[in-house]
Amino acid sequence: MDLWANLAVGFEAALTWSNLLYCLIGVTLGTLVGVLPGLGPVATIAMLLPITYGLSPAEALIMLAGIYYGAQYGGSTTAILVNLPGESSSVVTCLDGHAMARQGRAGVALGIAAIGSFVAGSLAILLVAAASTPLAEFALSFGPADYFSLMLLGLVAAVVLAQGDLLKALAMALLGLLLGLVGVDVNSGEERFTFGLPQLADGISFVVISMGIFGIGEIIANLERDESRSPLSRQLGRLLPTRDDYRRAWKPVLRGAGLGSLLGILPGGGAMLSSFASYLVEKRLARDPERFGQGAIEGVAGPEAANNAGAQTSFIPLLVMGLPSNAVMALMVGAMMIHGIVPGPQVMGERPELFWGLIVSMWVGNVLLLLLNLPLVGIWVRLLAVPYRLLYPAILLFCCIGVYSVNNSLFDVLLTVLFGLLGYLLIKLRCEPAPLLLGFILGPLMEEHLRRAMLLSRGDPSVFVTRPLSLTLLLTLGLVLILCLPRLRATRQAAFSED
Amino acid sequence: MSAVATSRTARGGLQIREPRDALAGALFIAFALAAGAISATYPLGSAMRMGSGYFPLLVSTLLGLLGAVVLLRSLSFGRVERRAEGPAFALRPALCVAAGVVAFALLVSDLGLLLATLVLTLLCGLAHRQVRFAELAGLGVVLACFGGLVFAWGLGLQLPVLPG
Repeated sequence: MDLWANLAVGFEAALTWSNLLYCLIGVTLGTLVGVLPGLGPVATIAMLLPITYGLSPAEALIMLAGIYYGAQYGGSTTAILVNLPGESSSVVTCLDGHAMARQGRAGVALGIAAIGSFVAGSLAILLVAAASTPLAEFALSFGPADYFSLMLLGLVAAVVLAQGDLLKALAMALLGLLLGLVGVDVNSGEERFTFGLPQLADGISFVVISMGIFGIGEIIANLERDESRSPLSRQLGRLLPTRDDYRRAWKPVLRGAGLGSLLGILPGGGAMLSSFASYLVEKRLARDPERFGQGAIEGVAGPEAANNAGAQTSFIPLLVMGLPSNAVMALMVGAMMIHGIVPGPQVMGERPELFWGLIVSMWVGNVLLLLLNLPLVGIWVRLLAVPYRLLYPAILLFCCIGVYSVNNSLFDVLLTVLFGLLGYLLIKLRCEPAPLLLGFILGPLMEEHLRRAMLLSRGDPSVFVTRPLSLTLLLTLGLVLILCLPRLRATRQAAFSED
Repeated sequence: MSAVATSRTARGGLQIREPRDALAGALFIAFALAAGAISATYPLGSAMRMGSGYFPLLVSTLLGLLGAVVLLRSLSFGRVERRAEGPAFALRPALCVAAGVVAFALLVSDLGLLLATLVLTLLCGLAHRQVRFAELAGLGVVLACFGGLVFAWGLGLQLPVLPG
């Protein structure tokens, strides 16, 4: 079968020593940022991008991917032990995970989270591998009009499914689109929005934007909050779940894997939405829902499985269409471009070792996480004792070195500070920064496809509704707006308000 | 308490109900106007052959409209039942962090990574509520050594380490 041959190619690529090493570095760093609140995968990936210049594309992508799904494992550790979600996708794990920890069952909660994540991650990766070939073949039939509609759908759906105010999020996406247009216009060779500055001719580096808004902006916002941490539960208890725990948890894990895989593919989906949805489903299905919030193992197993599955399948739109579905994937697009790879359906055919190597490495990374995480929990917990006042100068230093080393440019660092202040302002005004980054990445692509579509149709905009693919996508867009809007947005609140 | 509230609601006319949204809307409009005005100076072209100004002008217009909706939504004509609190900006963290990063950028090419790191740590450290100078100095030294070892030596980034 084709799939096995492809996976064999992947294993061959993923199991070279250097790729294994970078996979290990990636998942370890991912766990670290997952454990540390106030430092997310977006800022970390942006910080590390410049140092991947010296690596091969496969090594770089494997490491950066590892940071994202590794963070899902790490996020649950803090959620369970200190009732503090290290990542937004672990927010619901706090509810029952920390309750279990208070009952002296922290070890079991950590154990089931890790095992559930691994099972769900493995299933999701199989799905990625199986679905990507037919999807990529399908994607090759896309014309410019279809691509434009797809990106529009992706952008709007990402905004709809993300947290916060819909209108402001849409405006942020548009602002991102505009920022993405800075620099020389490829079609006319004309400089746009550069204010005569030669440093802007190549456009604003996405390292600058992401590090400014997600790094510096977040740090300033964090600094005005108080550091308050609930006491550590030092008593881990046994790590391996009992037979009874498994009996309760296996169905939630499988359901979480399915739900997470599905929601991960959706634009704007990924890890966070998956965990919220899974918690809600488990609570609905439970015979005794009042146990939820009191340390129900299902409330840990389901969401943790779901968020890891979602993190894996959110690579599908990126790998087969070149369409980033969340901020982390937007950075992955940037990382691929840095290494001269244009993301899209052609990558699979042109660079099979890279494509399948990345997919298999995600599974290898999950194995590493399972093996390393549980024994190392003690170390991760001790890291939590590092106060934020010692942590943020270090993060700022890494940001500075990261930005500076892209072009050895003072200008880039100053621009990063500017975006940091803008990011802080936007965070204070409760404007979600993630859609801005998505818009920034998609802006130039959308313009290009719009231009091409309109040129091919001789200026007739009806091309977007006469091509069946494009029409379907636009109808889906309408459907998303009408149907999913109230229900899916209520999911987040419902997960908490029902308690 | 209720007396204050009634005196506020009794006042009619234009009121800001959501200061955050009002500010955000104004910010979006300002961006849209600036970007729109600049795009209008670029060749627009036609729908078939789009000039470099076509797409930016389109996006600016949409952004301006959205900004206007966000702004209008935050206002209330007449009685206000509940007025949301405005955002409070913490100037000290913003200024200290910005100063530290800018100082690093200005100093690193002449003074080298070690000294620039020390300055960055000290300036950014002032952003925190509890400043402990001894601790910050120690942290600065540790970070400088770590940065020099890992980034300049280990990863071979093109960064001057020492002054000169």
